[in-house]
Amino acid sequence: MRELKVTPIKNGTVIDHIGNGLALEVLRILEVHELDKDSTVSVALHVRSSKLGWKDIVKVENMELSPRKVNAIALIAPTATISIIRDSKVREKRSVSLPDRIAGVLRCPNPNCITNHGEPVESEFDVYRRRPVTLRCIYCERLVDEFLKLLR
Amino acid sequence: MGLKGRDVISIRDLAREEIDELLAAARRMIPYAEGRKRGHALEDQILVLAFFEPSTRTRLSFDTAMQRLGGRCVTIADPGSSSIRKGESLSDTVRMLSAYGDAIVLRHPNEGAARLAATVSDRPVINAGDGAGQHPTQTLLDLATMQEAFGTLSGLKVVLLGDLRFGRTVHSLAHALALFGSQMVLVSPPQLRLPEEVREQLDHAGAKVEEEEQLHRALRDADVLYVTRMQRERFGDDLEFARIADSYRVDTNVLAAAKSRLIVLHPLPRTVEIAPEVDGTPHAAYFRQASLAVPVRMALLSLILTGKAP
Repeated sequence: MRELKVTPIKNGTVIDHIGNGLALEVLRILEVHELDKDSTVSVALHVRSSKLGWKDIVKVENMELSPRKVNAIALIAPTATISIIRDSKVREKRSVSLPDRIAGVLRCPNPNCITNHGEPVESEFDVYRRRPVTLRCIYCERLVDEFLKLLR
Repeated sequence: MGLKGRDVISIRDLAREEIDELLAAARRMIPYAEGRKRGHALEDQILVLAFFEPSTRTRLSFDTAMQRLGGRCVTIADPGSSSIRKGESLSDTVRMLSAYGDAIVLRHPNEGAARLAATVSDRPVINAGDGAGQHPTQTLLDLATMQEAFGTLSGLKVVLLGDLRFGRTVHSLAHALALFGSQMVLVSPPQLRLPEEVREQLDHAGAKVEEEEQLHRALRDADVLYVTRMQRERFGDDLEFARIADSYRVDTNVLAAAKSRLIVLHPLPRTVEIAPEVDGTPHAAYFRQASLAVPVRMALLSLILTGKAP
């Protein structure tokens, strides 16, 4: 009998080429706890990859990603590719890419930034540098290059 | 793009040509600022001074600038008495203020407050200091003083001395000097060095920046010595503060090796960084710098509110 390491899905999203060890962060971004109880989530950690050496893979049934989630993944796992599966076929496959402006994904690490003081405003960053990725808060102008702890 | 209706939140919002235009307008404002000519350019205009943090000289110089051009001001100078204390958000307060006046000058303890205000206000917002963030009009008057002394801002050698880490005026000034191709020499105690990210942004902009440990060596060939206040609370104990403050103190001895045309600037108020004996020398330009606050702010208000300056 052939043993499946990761179950194929009929409808949903496959996030492949996630940097080794980052799948759990991707799950956090996806908010998989909000999925209905009939949806399967498969996670493969530490999988051989010709491109990356080692990689992680996440498959989520019955979920297509909002632009906000795609942007968050682009920040945490810039090598990731996203495939949308409908009726067991790959309908769309693309690499994640960072837009010039990112709103509502991260909070500003500056505790004195106005966005951390109860104002009715989304945090917002523009891309200061792409390699390595550095963002700049459009309000307080603080530069940010560590994102994991700042995810909303 | 003209300056009419524009927000001025960070010195980065201004292109080099716009800074040139502002400085030229500020020079024309001097006789009005000194009361030798009467200005009417801002008659019927109302400026809202929203100061959520204490300030004397910045608030008074904006107020004076507006009145010298025939305009009027309404002021929040004590946030304790305003609705902010009742829990109103800054966004709501600013929306209300923008319905009252023709422009808003904002000082606030949180970084990014002025940028936020600009996004919700229908009227132009001028940042008069947001926490440890930006204070662009201070930079404009620093530049105005240098330009008055040397006729140009290009090719100057400027020594930045003191608290380069927390001093917001220094960060804005360094950015502007980079625009004009000035050379910068940084002199500070190790714990108050320019933050890596500011340094990086200067390098990014192609600025000529070097660091120097010895003040007397940095002063060789320098045109401007920009001194900032070192705050006692940044140091472990009073003894350490006294030792460091003493080794960076500017007095006539230190200035003996400098060029005769060197000018000394300071955003004021000063404490012990500059010895009073320097006040009487031709190097002392910090009081001139303070007095240019009014014409510089007149130029800015006039250009933002009417698009021209008399």
